[in-house]
Amino acid sequence: MAFHETKLPEDAPVAQKALSWVDDRFPLTKLWNDQWGKYYAPKNFNVFYLFGSLAALVLVIQIVTGIFLVMNYKPDANLAFASVEYIMREVPWGWLVRYMHSTGASAFFIIVYLHMTRALLYGSYRKPRELIWLFGVGIFLCLMAEAFFGYLLPWGQMSYWGAQVIVNLFGAIPFIGPDLSLWIRGDYVVSDATLNRFFAFHVIAIPLVLLGLVVAHLIALHEVGSNNPDGVEVKENLGPDGHGVDTIPSHPYYTTKDIFGVACFLFIFSAVVFYAPEFGGYFLEYNNFIPADPLKTPAHIAPVWYFTPFYSILRATTSQFMYALIIGVLAYGALIMTKTQLPSRQKQAAMGIAVVTAILMLVFDAKFWGVVLMGVSVLIIALMPWIDHSPAKSIRYRPDWHKWVYIVFGISFLILGYLGVQAPTDGRTLVAQICTIIYFGFFLLMPWWSKMGEFKPVPTRVSFKPH
Amino acid sequence: MSDENQVDSGRRGLLVATAAAGGVAGVAGAGAFVATFEPSERAKAAGAPVEVDVADLKPGEMKTVEWRGKPVWVLRRTPEMVASLKKTGSDLADPKSERNADDLTPAYARNEHRSIKPEFLVTVGICSHLGCSPSPKLEAGAQPSLSTDWQGGFLCPCHGSTFDLAGRVFKNKPAPDNLQVPRHMFTSDTRIVIGKDEKGEA
Repeated sequence: MAFHETKLPEDAPVAQKALSWVDDRFPLTKLWNDQWGKYYAPKNFNVFYLFGSLAALVLVIQIVTGIFLVMNYKPDANLAFASVEYIMREVPWGWLVRYMHSTGASAFFIIVYLHMTRALLYGSYRKPRELIWLFGVGIFLCLMAEAFFGYLLPWGQMSYWGAQVIVNLFGAIPFIGPDLSLWIRGDYVVSDATLNRFFAFHVIAIPLVLLGLVVAHLIALHEVGSNNPDGVEVKENLGPDGHGVDTIPSHPYYTTKDIFGVACFLFIFSAVVFYAPEFGGYFLEYNNFIPADPLKTPAHIAPVWYFTPFYSILRATTSQFMYALIIGVLAYGALIMTKTQLPSRQKQAAMGIAVVTAILMLVFDAKFWGVVLMGVSVLIIALMPWIDHSPAKSIRYRPDWHKWVYIVFGISFLILGYLGVQAPTDGRTLVAQICTIIYFGFFLLMPWWSKMGEFKPVPTRVSFKPH
Repeated sequence: MSDENQVDSGRRGLLVATAAAGGVAGVAGAGAFVATFEPSERAKAAGAPVEVDVADLKPGEMKTVEWRGKPVWVLRRTPEMVASLKKTGSDLADPKSERNADDLTPAYARNEHRSIKPEFLVTVGICSHLGCSPSPKLEAGAQPSLSTDWQGGFLCPCHGSTFDLAGRVFKNKPAPDNLQVPRHMFTSDTRIVIGKDEKGEA
């Protein structure tokens, strides 16, 4: 098709002419309309639906503050700690940029955890939104990697020993473990080589992947359309204009709501940045104000709060707990054998895998399985679209006792998080073990419990009261 | 037009061969990037075996040398110190150094004194609990935070793990394992190489 230059009247505004000139060569207006301007979203969004745009805002804050930090930071084991202090004390307003970045890291996780909670409550991961969810899981993994790599950079005691402990976790993998840890560190201990490569991952490698995943997450969302608190598919009920009768264009309706959310967020964010940037040792740990010393370990090593639920699962895996896990794995195999309609070959395969896993649990030590459980506890959320068999997407139309299942799961997750910052005792370890079983039970038994009980009828229209 | 559905097998074969050759080059290239993560020659040189001269070490004295960024202790034990190792045996978690023996105790040190010569203890001064460096408490007798029948040894300041004069951990302490004896060998009566033995480098 021949190129066609749109002709506007001579007296059209310059801006309109310029836009038209661009639109003939690049789909600028089309992109804006597809992705936001004429993206029709359900009209019954609630406060939970602010966290997507807030996550995007924090991503921008992290990238911009990060760029300015790199201008003064030195990724060198001899200079790193001092360069961070230099930013804090001598670079004009450097302290603000750094506190925004460090507070932004914790804010990012708070927002993302709430964003994920929303998805759990309203079944936002269900068909046809499986890929949105998987891209989201990828974003979560990238965030964890960003946080881990970034935490080494200030080269304080917690940076150093945290990295030492996490890298040594890979050493628990049978046969290849010690060589793998050596390969990750690039030295026999965490050193300058480790700092430099973590810096490269933190400032360029992971952010590139992260941005790609965010774009994929949004494209997939705007392709299939947003879910909503009722879990009703708004595209199944179209009006004469071809848009869902229960939808409104994102611009200006959700633009204004998101801006209000941004204002509320920035209010809280600024309060933390200016008045409590360390947040009682949870956002910036006190031991990290001491330069890294390879010959002396801090008395108590704990990861930053957003990793602690998973760290608790790692620590809960003691050699005694392995027996409980073996029973659990075998029982789960038996459950698949007796309580599913899978073809018999798949059932036998599942039982075989359960038996082999149980045997390997006796062969390899608990330290290795702790690492495995920690990894699985993060990755298991990727299965959500396929293990939730509930007829209703939203918690609103599920049996009332399902709410209790979610509450018990949520509380267990919070307890695991709390225990992760505490020094372990026998009693705490036992609580962590119980919570670990609840955590995995929630996901692994979901194919069964999610379809049990009396479901309420899902309406055809969303429930919405105009103010 | 049936021609459009026909596959030219000669061209298809060449296409596959080209893709395979390109794939091999790609994998080889990726291999180079993976290899850059290995310790560099400089890091390896810094992790090379170190040699210690113990001629100036008097009985009862200890020397600390750095090997691979970790403190390594060389303790010249007096005959009394060696004798004390017999008394501690029943209070130890792993008196015969059987646990993780391949990593922690080379075959030539799997004895009561955990060394080649009873006189010289060579051990990495890093606690097996969380990696703190224990303090030497070589004098025997009751002292703060130590048992009343203390025979001399090491106390970790972080979580109170105690070790005897052969680096063996006492029972019911946070540390699970004995202190590591690195691979080492005597090149002469008074020179010890740490990080290397007759079987090669650690």
